[in-house]
Amino acid sequence: MSLIRLALLSLLLLVSACSSEQNDPYPKSERGQNILYSAFTDRPKHLDPVQSYSEDEITFTAQIYEPPLQYDYLKRPYTLIPATSEAVPVARYYDAQGRELPADAPTADIATSVYEIRIRPGIRYQPHPAFATDATGQPLYGDLDAEKLRGIEQIADFAETGSRELVADDYIYQIKRLAHPRLHSPIFSMMGERIVGLRELGTTLHEAARELPAGAWLDLDRFPLAGVSRVDRYTYRIELRGKYPQFPYWLAMPFFAPVPREVDRFYSMPGMAEKNLTLDWYPVGTGPFMLTRNDPNSRMVLERNPNFHGETYPCVGEPGDEAAGLLADCGKPLPFIDKAVFAREKEAIPYWNKFLQGYYDASGISSDSFDQAVRLGGSGDVQLTDEMRQKGIRLLTSVKPSVFYMGFNMLDPVVGGMTPAAIKLRQALSIAIDQEEFISIFMNGRGIAATSPLPPGIFGYLEGQAGSNPVVYDWVDGRARRKPIEVARKLLAEAGWPNGRHAVSGEPLVLSLDTTSGGMGDKSRLDWLTRQFAKLDVQLVVRSTDFNRFQEKIRKGAVQLYYLGWNADYPDPENFLFLLAGSEGKVAVAGENASNYVNPEFDRLFEKMKNMESDGPRGAERLAIIRQAIAILQHDAPWIFGFHPKSYTLGHDWLHNRKSTDVGNNTLKYQRIDVGRRERLRREWNEPVLWPLLAVVVLLVAVILPAAIGYRRRERGTAR
Amino acid sequence: MLAYLVRRLLYALPILIGVNLITFALFFVVNTPDDMARMQLGVKRVTPEAIDKWKAERGYDKPLFINDAASGSAVLTDTIFFSKSARMFAGDFGRAEDGRDIAREITSRMGPSLAIALPTFILGLLVTVSFALLLTFFRASYLDFWGVVLCVAMMSISGLFYIIGGQFLISKIWRLVPISGYGGGLDAWKFVILPVLIGVISGVGSSTRWYRTIFLEEISRDYVRTARAKGLSELVVLFRHVLRNAMIPILTGVVVVIPLLFMGSLLTESFFGIPGLGSYTIDAINAQDFAVVRAMVFIGSLLYIVGLILTDVSYTFVDPRIRFN
Repeated sequence: MSLIRLALLSLLLLVSACSSEQNDPYPKSERGQNILYSAFTDRPKHLDPVQSYSEDEITFTAQIYEPPLQYDYLKRPYTLIPATSEAVPVARYYDAQGRELPADAPTADIATSVYEIRIRPGIRYQPHPAFATDATGQPLYGDLDAEKLRGIEQIADFAETGSRELVADDYIYQIKRLAHPRLHSPIFSMMGERIVGLRELGTTLHEAARELPAGAWLDLDRFPLAGVSRVDRYTYRIELRGKYPQFPYWLAMPFFAPVPREVDRFYSMPGMAEKNLTLDWYPVGTGPFMLTRNDPNSRMVLERNPNFHGETYPCVGEPGDEAAGLLADCGKPLPFIDKAVFAREKEAIPYWNKFLQGYYDASGISSDSFDQAVRLGGSGDVQLTDEMRQKGIRLLTSVKPSVFYMGFNMLDPVVGGMTPAAIKLRQALSIAIDQEEFISIFMNGRGIAATSPLPPGIFGYLEGQAGSNPVVYDWVDGRARRKPIEVARKLLAEAGWPNGRHAVSGEPLVLSLDTTSGGMGDKSRLDWLTRQFAKLDVQLVVRSTDFNRFQEKIRKGAVQLYYLGWNADYPDPENFLFLLAGSEGKVAVAGENASNYVNPEFDRLFEKMKNMESDGPRGAERLAIIRQAIAILQHDAPWIFGFHPKSYTLGHDWLHNRKSTDVGNNTLKYQRIDVGRRERLRREWNEPVLWPLLAVVVLLVAVILPAAIGYRRRERGTAR
Repeated sequence: MLAYLVRRLLYALPILIGVNLITFALFFVVNTPDDMARMQLGVKRVTPEAIDKWKAERGYDKPLFINDAASGSAVLTDTIFFSKSARMFAGDFGRAEDGRDIAREITSRMGPSLAIALPTFILGLLVTVSFALLLTFFRASYLDFWGVVLCVAMMSISGLFYIIGGQFLISKIWRLVPISGYGGGLDAWKFVILPVLIGVISGVGSSTRWYRTIFLEEISRDYVRTARAKGLSELVVLFRHVLRNAMIPILTGVVVVIPLLFMGSLLTESFFGIPGLGSYTIDAINAQDFAVVRAMVFIGSLLYIVGLILTDVSYTFVDPRIRFN
């Protein structure tokens, strides 16, 4: 009897507990608060600005660290504006004798470029124990060891915190950290070629670190860096070798964010690393947010930095921004939200369903949920489904600054080289592979066919006929139409492979594609690709391998065809065209030119173009050079230009000021939430359905009762 | 018994060394230190010098098993295998390739894994044993027939289906608990209910059939007939006699997995966003983090050995005739 009572009591408790939003994954204390909820899939590996380079990481680091520059949130094309600096620095050029040159001096005359950056006074760091001082001004936590760290498991466990003003030395310290032998900055090698003295500093630090015990602090202030100097408390100067107009873009990345010496010292004390108390785990910055909880296994929390220097929402955007309501918060202080909670969602289905329940404010669209979210109109336009519209969900689309392509190894005797036959063979294949069909079948239309390495939004990309690839497309009735397969067949025959067989020996043309495929999705793609080659009677052999083996083959030039993609570091054509520069040959110099393509004329144009600015008087000249370079690529066809992916993101109508930006990452401060509306809709959407609980009880009774009756009958029955 | 336990623990030592050796060999057959460096340093702008630095920093620039350049014992000790594996026998798992302390990660993730695995294990055992006894009681009846049919149907369905179906029905349609996530303290219950329920239900089919077979074998024995002849009720016969005598095969399958509960479930943790050791292992495999994979395999082997020893010990409790010699 007591068991039945207990069961009934439990059921009663369960039912009473099933109030509205029983499925709310967040603590009740967070309800009604100005918190943005988002998710991440892969745990960030590094939050130290000197190492962090991936998208998973910059989602967090870009909100915490402040490099001197940032991108304007609304303006397009992407425009650099000051973040902590007073202005966007302009390079001053000097010749080998140290004489200043005019801004339009020939590149060959420029020995060094100098960027002088002045930061705004009064900017302060987030509260952090590294800044805490005692009455005499000495660091409060300056001599910690494992014993003193007993009971301290996270940064919040330190009783005292402090702050201090951002100064130029902090930026200089971070630039030195690029050369730190234990930090493995991904841009050290590249910046070592540019920043005067950085490579030499790397060698010096390497030697110095070897003399220190493992893990001991390397005080970078003891080691001067020739090319970076302090002008005054708020000004520093960076000296580069030659001319590098793309350098300001790097000044908008966390690599060039400030790191205070005392923070580096604080984290290097004995016993800290053993408790994961590192800059890689607990970043320290001047940005609008600070990381208050770092549990990359489940939840990461950014909270408003109480010391944030203040910034206002932009008042100027591109046409259409006003109509989209993106200028409604003009001049209002940033950030709008108090907190951002990022939960880890490794699987797409729970992520999507929680978004629909209102527990995430925004979401991407996975292939599984594409049909539920979006439908394509008759004219190819993208529309939200009725279900999404009824929920007030909004769709944002943008073309990512990325390119995916199938590359030819130019060192290969069959598909490589610059002979007319080889070029025609590559052109024929470029025509045969129908990228538009690929995008339609495998990407739900989320992409545009590429005609060059440059994606939309990057200087040099042209719409319409001017931007079309005349080798692959005809311009008919105002739009590009892929050339008929007969043209490809003719080119193939002229290349010495009529009907896919060698004109002399009669051997079939068999090409191999190296890729990192696996699973059903990739198999269907490869089957499709095989059929594309078969249109020319060319046999395709797919050599699937794991990522590391694939990379190794690329490095050694042991591939014929391969599939790769590139995401822009910064919005400049140089960051795409360098992928085909002879000086970047993968086999020759382990560069980024995986096709090992070398065309002296292209290289000449590239060298000229990369040292020019897109804006200003020479912008038109630069554009003309880029178009010439692209025309060479289209003719030589070292790549089969694939596609530029489109990003589709959904957001609830209570989330305001969202604009697609694939270059600027410090976007959290612009987001605003209508908390009241979110609360109301969440309650409305998440009323629990209780009848199944009752049904389960009834079902259990229906099973147990006959069993009990049967048992009693059997126990009381006479033996048979 | 103590001598037996000591002997078994000593046997465990060569087993652990062997497991370590095999894990090491398998990992490095498909994965060179260069591959690991590239995986950690990323794809963009990685130079051969950066890779060499990364390897030197972490000791992956040494030979795998034999260092010909060294002399004396260093021929064996100044190698990747020795430097990476020997410390684990002292409980020092070192750092993951991203620099984080593995022991701390394991400690912090053990709780969430156990929060799911332990209730699933206990409830699952209770439900399946009870259900199997029920079917045994009603053996050769329609209830038994349809019960077995239900079990066969349930064991034929993929575990993934239970997870996705459960999330769809209970969390999405009925909105009774969160779809995924994890919270500490008192908040944990609402995240734990669904994975535990699904874990129990998905295991009912196969376990019930297995236990039913064991009970049916026992129920035809002479002592059962004697018990019935004494006038004992069928319930007493089943729970006091049949269940107790069927404990040896049950314990063989059950006790050995108890220590492994710490290791968590790969699939459940991934789909429910539980930050446990199962998802830690999967993450490490995906990231080619040898340090973590090695540590998890080592702990898994150790726990399995402990489970086997516990199984042997548990036999003495249910069958007093068993003695360790």
